[in-house]
Amino acid sequence: MTDVEIDAEIDLEENLTEQDQEEAEKVFAKKVEIIGGPPAGPATLEAKDACAWFGDRLVLEGVDLVMPKGQVTALIGPSGCGKSTFLRLLNRMHELIPGAALDGEILLDGEDIYATGTRAQQVRMRIGMVFQKPNPFPAMTIRENVLAALKLARLKCDDKDTLVEQSLTRAGLWKEVRDRLDSPGGALSGGQQQRLCIARSLAVHPNVLLMDEPCSALDPTSTRRVEETIDELRGEVTVVIVTHNMQQAQRVSDLCAFFLAAENQPGVVVEQGPTDVMFSTPTDSRTLDYVQGRFG
Amino acid sequence: MNVVPGTVLEDLPVAEDPPAPRERTRRIITEVPSRADRRFNQITMGAGISVLALLTLVGLFLMIQSSDALGETGIWTFLTRTEWRTDVTPARIGVLGLLAGTVLVAVVAVAIAVPLSVFSALAITEYSTAKRRKWLVGVVDLLAAVPSLLFGLWGFLFLSDKIVPISLWLSQNFGWIPLFKTSEDASLTGSIFIAGIVVALMVLPIITSVVREVFSQTPPGEKEAALALGGTRWGMIKTVVLPFGKGGIVGGSMLGLGRALGETIAVALLLPQVPQKISESIHILQNGGATVSGFIANRAGSDSFTTSGLLAAGLVLFVITLGTNMIASVVVSNSRSGAGVEI
Repeated sequence: MTDVEIDAEIDLEENLTEQDQEEAEKVFAKKVEIIGGPPAGPATLEAKDACAWFGDRLVLEGVDLVMPKGQVTALIGPSGCGKSTFLRLLNRMHELIPGAALDGEILLDGEDIYATGTRAQQVRMRIGMVFQKPNPFPAMTIRENVLAALKLARLKCDDKDTLVEQSLTRAGLWKEVRDRLDSPGGALSGGQQQRLCIARSLAVHPNVLLMDEPCSALDPTSTRRVEETIDELRGEVTVVIVTHNMQQAQRVSDLCAFFLAAENQPGVVVEQGPTDVMFSTPTDSRTLDYVQGRFG
Repeated sequence: MNVVPGTVLEDLPVAEDPPAPRERTRRIITEVPSRADRRFNQITMGAGISVLALLTLVGLFLMIQSSDALGETGIWTFLTRTEWRTDVTPARIGVLGLLAGTVLVAVVAVAIAVPLSVFSALAITEYSTAKRRKWLVGVVDLLAAVPSLLFGLWGFLFLSDKIVPISLWLSQNFGWIPLFKTSEDASLTGSIFIAGIVVALMVLPIITSVVREVFSQTPPGEKEAALALGGTRWGMIKTVVLPFGKGGIVGGSMLGLGRALGETIAVALLLPQVPQKISESIHILQNGGATVSGFIANRAGSDSFTTSGLLAAGLVLFVITLGTNMIASVVVSNSRSGAGVEI
């Protein structure tokens, strides 16, 4: 083990001292109400025969996938097989790209998020998203970043200080930034910025959190922190994560869906199921090849 | 220093003075550019220098030509006097009355043009499909291609009368603001307000194109973040696009201000070009007022003393416009959008 790794180890252990845990318990004992926010608790997300186009090109076809509430679902597969497109279908970010279209249904607790009369803003407030590249608002302070969604979605909150502390604690960032909440969010390191983005998404208490390769731009220590965060969110929020890292999928997810696209063909879900089964005894040989690192 | 376990302390080597650093000479790196490179370098440098030389020559010419009038009047007196009378001896000339008119027209123009420009830039960058964007950009650029004389004529022959009711309404409702006060029998055409509106149309394209350019550089990641948090498009613009483009808006406005200050033909046509006392010309809604450039255009070709005085006024305008443009470029390049910060 190199010195750096040892340091990281110590650092992580420090993160969980008893005093901190007591503090965290105290903070979470307070209930913060967000007026106009999403209904409480995780929600089940279900895709029914979901298809996606960019212009005339069909990039995703016939995806049927249930992402049960409170569980972590990992979307795996090689690049360009439609995982990110599928993820963006789930909170209506897909439609922001000119020429994008879809078919099928995406049900959030049984209701179609693309139903006429349903606003994209409402959907996105209930289904948060963390992107591949950390994207905090650089001119805003750390505190303002966490509370940005309240301002953007015009929500009210009775106890903003507690909300900031809760969100940052859940994202595993509170200890590092508690003394500089008023410094700009752009001044943090890449890993901290990503955790700030997670805190920002969690602040409105979403029912679902989508993560698009959240760790691909991070160092191993930050990656571990984010994975710990995902683990702690289990049960509270439904998590859907796109990842290229097989070990990560194995570590964090309960369920797995394997996406694959043949050349010039739209992406499809080849196989889905509980993560341990997917990684040990998948039924499709392509899945086995992929999870064992033989291609992709 | 590595200490082997079991070593007695006395056995440890005594620290010696570090060896003296070796004398080193730096190699001189030479680069022999090819002939084509040298030639091209000379041409481009020549072009760059000639622009600077031209600017300096213009300044020198103005200084030499205006020395007659400035010498006789005195620089300070010339800068602070509002009158311009060449019919008395000695002639009493000063630039302040003209300058006040110039600044007021420019400020009115920018005050009208900036919100219009920012909103059209937003319409182009944020609310348009690719096809409509192209079309809108073309239309705004086309506005820049209209000769300013046409704007002036259109303002004089058509717009003037249409604006009078607005001027009247403003003076009736906001007359308590000194700037909007009018005398009872004053004519409401040929006012600084109308000139400002016409000049606003002329500076609109330049401001819009600077602001549009800056808005389009907004990092897409931040825009997506704002939308993914449940923001409306306007909310996203308020939180991400406008703060990002702040420098561009300020810089673009100042660039527009620089243009507006020098605008000639339209204001020469629209304003009576009588330099007034500061207290009078400050009433922007009623007939009256003069600007440096418009006044010069009106009086050019008089006797040599007047010409010298006009050139002195031109020199003052030259310095102010140059300063405004320089500040504008500094603001734009210092803003986050201009510096291209990687987040």
